[in-house]
Amino acid sequence: MSDFGNAVLARNPAWSQLLGLCPLLAVSTSVVNALALSLASGFVLLGANGCIAAIRHWVPQFARLPCFVLVIATFTTCAVLLMQAFSFELYLRVALFVQIIVTNCMILGRVEAFASQHGVLRALADAAGTATGFALALLAVGAVRELLGHGTLMMGMEMLFPGTEDWGMTVSDAGMLLATLPPGAFIVAGLLLGLGNACFRAGGSRLEKQRASES
Amino acid sequence: MQELALILVGALLVNNFVLAQFLGLCPFIGVSGNYDTAVSMGFATTFVLTLSACLSHVSYHYVLVPLGLGYLNIITFVVIIASVVQFTELFVRSVSPLLHQALGIYLPLITTNCAVLGVALLALGQGLTFLQTMVYAIGAALGFTAVLVVFAAMRERLEHADVPAAFQGAPIALVSAGILSLAFLGFAGLGG
Repeated sequence: MSDFGNAVLARNPAWSQLLGLCPLLAVSTSVVNALALSLASGFVLLGANGCIAAIRHWVPQFARLPCFVLVIATFTTCAVLLMQAFSFELYLRVALFVQIIVTNCMILGRVEAFASQHGVLRALADAAGTATGFALALLAVGAVRELLGHGTLMMGMEMLFPGTEDWGMTVSDAGMLLATLPPGAFIVAGLLLGLGNACFRAGGSRLEKQRASES
Repeated sequence: MQELALILVGALLVNNFVLAQFLGLCPFIGVSGNYDTAVSMGFATTFVLTLSACLSHVSYHYVLVPLGLGYLNIITFVVIIASVVQFTELFVRSVSPLLHQALGIYLPLITTNCAVLGVALLALGQGLTFLQTMVYAIGAALGFTAVLVVFAAMRERLEHADVPAAFQGAPIALVSAGILSLAFLGFAGLGG
């Protein structure tokens, strides 16, 4: 459980380590795109982490990186084929970035730093935590950009879960074009990261002060 | 000829890989702190990117497709990129130890640069020929290098700017990248 919590908050892959920025900025134009990529990344992360934790004793030290990359590439191919089979329309929107999950340094980083040294269960917990943390960051940027850019929230969810056409909300009819264009992604992500820093740093320094006064 | 020039300009400026397609952001944010390392990283990436895009093209069209294994493209491309990086490292080490020292830690990083895999996959998706793939890869790589170097110069200036505490480091880098990307939007429409 502590592995999970650690991975979600303290070591949030996107916010505190700035890993996996490319997909974070590229597919965060709407909540549904963000959710689709989070699910695909989560699938690859769980599969690769679990699988590598299981085979870690048989992988020779000098050949470990190629082995890890091959395992990750296998799970990515599975994710691509699954998405093509079950939600093709959505796949077309995020196609390149699902294929590029292989080179997401977040996944290779977790595999190398955690799964290659721990048992299957702990590796799975860590993967689930990392995936959740990544999904939270992705959904936050996605929600802000969809709201600013299109004035809507959670539109098109039926592409992922059939029968949820009424989840979409229209907040305003006018959208700010900038938020949907590439510069908007950088600026929204930068501002959110700054906001997060402001909140967490303030909280952190308060904790430190508390500790200092206690001791 | 004109078509090749359009592909080059398109990949270099209009659809710049970093600022318009969000590929290769990790080195873009990670290595752009220093001007000199940005230049070295840019050239190492240019070499690896062009070579691996060409090899990927050949292996897909002449090995995977005849065997009916098109769906294995991701795995094959990843292996090709890793080997090209490995080969480049050996080659640079034997030819110029000095350059190897300068590039040393950046070379292995190129394996996880998603722009390299992205170019191979995008060229495949657009059905480019071998020559077009090569030009496309060169354009993409030069675009990556140019943006990396420009951004490194910007960040050296940012070092001396008075940035609010919460925005220091990555947040202000992202916001300035956004402004740079806004400037690159001006190239849209160039070359139709």
